[in-house]
Amino acid sequence: MTQPILELNDICYSYHSLKGETDALSHISFQVKKGEFLAIVGPSGCGKSTLLSIISGLIVPEGGEIRFPQNNEEGGNMQSQAKCSPRIGYMLQHDHLLEWRTIYKNIILGLEINHQVTPEKTARAIELLKDYGLYKFKDKKPGELSGGMKQRAALIRTLVLDPEILLLDEPFSALDYQTRLSVSSDICSIIRSAKKTAILVTHDLSEAISLADRILVLSKRPATIKCDIPIHLTVTGTSPLASRNAPEYQGYFNQLWKEISDESHIPNPSDDGCPAK
Amino acid sequence: MKAIYRTHRMTDAPLSKQEIFERTHQRHHRMVAFIRLLILILFLSLWEFSAQMGYIDSFFFSSPSQVALCFAGMIKDGTFFINTGITLLETIASFLLVFVIGMLFATLLWYSDKCAEILEPYLVILNSLPKSALAPLFIVWLGTGINTIIVAGISVAIFGSIINLYTGFRQIDEEKIKLIYTLGGRKQTAFLKVVLPGSIPTILSNMKVNIGLALVGVIIGEFLAARRGLGYLIIYGSQVFKWWAGMIEMSIRIYPYK
Repeated sequence: MTQPILELNDICYSYHSLKGETDALSHISFQVKKGEFLAIVGPSGCGKSTLLSIISGLIVPEGGEIRFPQNNEEGGNMQSQAKCSPRIGYMLQHDHLLEWRTIYKNIILGLEINHQVTPEKTARAIELLKDYGLYKFKDKKPGELSGGMKQRAALIRTLVLDPEILLLDEPFSALDYQTRLSVSSDICSIIRSAKKTAILVTHDLSEAISLADRILVLSKRPATIKCDIPIHLTVTGTSPLASRNAPEYQGYFNQLWKEISDESHIPNPSDDGCPAK
Repeated sequence: MKAIYRTHRMTDAPLSKQEIFERTHQRHHRMVAFIRLLILILFLSLWEFSAQMGYIDSFFFSSPSQVALCFAGMIKDGTFFINTGITLLETIASFLLVFVIGMLFATLLWYSDKCAEILEPYLVILNSLPKSALAPLFIVWLGTGINTIIVAGISVAIFGSIINLYTGFRQIDEEKIKLIYTLGGRKQTAFLKVVLPGSIPTILSNMKVNIGLALVGVIIGEFLAARRGLGYLIIYGSQVFKWWAGMIEMSIRIYPYK
């Protein structure tokens, strides 16, 4: 058994406002193994993004601890400078490329911030640009690129920092369906080939099943782990498109749908036809 | 452009759609410029005509020819250039100070939400003060030198500038700032990499407004405290009923900022 790379023990978090306290996360514990692709699904507003922010160190949990056992490093209890651990790459929902910088300048933004603009790192950035077909756009401004290209650029920006764990906060939700399939398949192959550990937050069940090794279902607020489903698809290759044709796919889908709809009281899919596959 | 037009006529080559567009575009601009000029000429001739015919009293209303004569005299004896130079210098000094102080305060307010919250009502109140009413106080505090005039220039623009820049800084997408944190940056990194470059349009438009306001402030200061400068010329001219000369000088000075 490989040692976990990330360990969450009994994480609690609540938001405070004058209207009162809102519990977002209650006693969340799980482990992620090195090289694992974990998906987290749950009803909207259940605190999935909060969980990622806590893992990344942007917010400090109110209770519990986050450990990175292989580095002997305390992640969660770093003094709160709202600063992300360099071991973690966090990809947000939108690309947020800075429109006054060229694509290349955007991609090395993380290197600039961490004072790592070295020839090796910039060569790596160029290599990644070439791999994902963005090299000829490197001197263009983000406004001239399509949504899918921008999201790829955002991924490269995260990857040049060579993070050990990638946090993906619904990174495909702003893309149209076709681009979404191709970008998610790209991202999946990058993560698999680089043997990165990834945690994907999504509301798209088919995306979760086709990309992940394991799916955590969160309950509605305050979020607890409702179930932990390992995914085994008997399909060769890792392409998310191929995964969707795996014989087990529909079974997982129905199981997840049931768990989620129990939580959010969505009518059963059999009442109004099968959800988009 | 005219040459192109003529060549086409001579060779009788058919015009392309683009050429037709360009020609229509040029015609439109010539038309606008012509009508603008026509309005000015009509106004001046009506004014001159009324003064000559005695419909208006040229002692109070002056006339374009008198203004031109007076203006020529001022250019000849150099008073125009000296006074313009002084006003320009004072305006630039106030403008630069407004820019520096405004940026410093706006940055401070952006950095500290607490600070911004505490100071906000004071900024709104100070911005809504009638600054021209403060000018006599500046004279009492600072005398009648160039300092008073520069401070008058600053006082008109500074509070609005701080509010404007701070609002601009705050309008930067929070998610972009979060992005900097996710890449390992701190608050100052977010300011330098996102807030400042993202606010350049705001900063530029703010500078454009400020130079005009600084000029207004300087002229107000000169009205009251100076013995040189355009504001002084206007006051002096109005006392000897040459105020039209002063007003025209001011329009000439203000025009480039429009």
